[in-house]
Amino acid sequence: MALSQKTKEAFLGPLNINNPVLVQILGICSALAVTVQLKPALVMGISVTIIVAMSNVVVSLIRKSIPARIRIIIQLVVVAALVTIVSEVLKAFAYDVAMQLSVYLGLIITNCILMGRLEAFAMTNNVLDSLMDGLGNGFGYAWILVVVAFVRELFGSGKLLGWQVIPDSWYVANGGFYENCGMMLMPAMALVLVGCIIWAHRALNDKENK
Amino acid sequence: MKMNTESNIYTIVYATVLVVIVAVLLAVVNQGLKARQDANARLDQQKQMLVALNQDFSKSDPAALYDSLVRDTLLKDGDKANIIRFEVDGKTKYILRLHGQGLWGGIGGYMALDEDKNTVFGINFNHESETPGLGGEIVTEKFRSQFFGKHIKDAQGNLRSIAVLKAGKIADEGQEQVDAWAGATITSTGVSDMLASNINEYKDFLGTECCKKECCKEQSDCCKEQSDCCKEQSDCCKEQKECCKEQKECCKQEQPCCQQEESGTSENEKED
Repeated sequence: MALSQKTKEAFLGPLNINNPVLVQILGICSALAVTVQLKPALVMGISVTIIVAMSNVVVSLIRKSIPARIRIIIQLVVVAALVTIVSEVLKAFAYDVAMQLSVYLGLIITNCILMGRLEAFAMTNNVLDSLMDGLGNGFGYAWILVVVAFVRELFGSGKLLGWQVIPDSWYVANGGFYENCGMMLMPAMALVLVGCIIWAHRALNDKENK
Repeated sequence: MKMNTESNIYTIVYATVLVVIVAVLLAVVNQGLKARQDANARLDQQKQMLVALNQDFSKSDPAALYDSLVRDTLLKDGDKANIIRFEVDGKTKYILRLHGQGLWGGIGGYMALDEDKNTVFGINFNHESETPGLGGEIVTEKFRSQFFGKHIKDAQGNLRSIAVLKAGKIADEGQEQVDAWAGATITSTGVSDMLASNINEYKDFLGTECCKKECCKEQSDCCKEQSDCCKEQSDCCKEQKECCKEQKECCKQEQPCCQQEESGTSENEKED
């Protein structure tokens, strides 16, 4: 069974043309918070992907039974339950990661991408499309996080995934010429980097449109 | 049959059923994973204590290493205060649990003291949500190792803690200090405050007032001598007796803290 055009679009759109962070400017807050290092950014990206996909599927399954007047509350309950489960599972099987994410894990509930996708897509589309839409938006969010975290960790701490990649001997403290960029550790730099990515993204896509 | 999903009764029933299902689900997940989570949390604490004891557990099983070093728990007061005795290379070490406030959330740690309850053997910090790269760096070897070999008491045996200060600042006399982490002023101050307040909480164990016990003994000995001499010289006797009483009063005031150490000796002094 080949995937329909709409299903493909639901998955591929959010990766580029309709990216939740770059185009819809959703989920910026958590993009600032967890992108100082690559590892929490990766885990956050994966967690959000799983939760968006799962909550999209669940809401899509029950979409016809949800009373319209309390639909936002129902969506929130679904998301909150899933976040709690993911957080419990992480604590049981990846304790270090859970500790590192600490409050941000709970804050996934407030990530606008989730509510946005549930309200805009899962409430009106079938389960397969909703799953694809969730995965697409999750990955679309995750790759931005990873790019920003890559730059911030590399230039802010000279490390990647916790490994020192810039040789120790380069540092001024050891008689070298190099110094880490402290600015990269500040949340504001994440915003600047996201801004740069948006700029590049717009410039590229505008060219294609012309 | 199509149900009216907009009626009030449907809405209420729907919400109730959904909440019950979710609650049951969460309870099952929580109970099912609890044992594993607790084990993880315990192992994490043990690892942190091993770090505080400067033990390398990268090649060995941390739980087994912990079990081989730990001796007994001297104080357990909920999750906050904790004193555990260890034996490392035949020497007694005490680990005191620390807890305090950083910039964004709680900070904590474990401080390992030598048998003299004064010299810092090792220390480990943890934090909930300090800024990575700034306040979060308190967990690094570079920050922690500054504390090794420092003393928490001054030469007179009074508890002084260890100050965490910006470069260029000098601690009060008698207090030892380490450098704060550049760019993490509030977290560094948090560490400093945490050490001061926690060390004060553990003062019964750390026994700051021990030196006063010696003073008590000396004074009561002096009292005895003076009352002996009183019998011989009846005139000056009264004055000296007064002086004896004053000294005894002072002894009694100091006794409560002495009693915590050894109740036997201080009761003997009262009978004098």
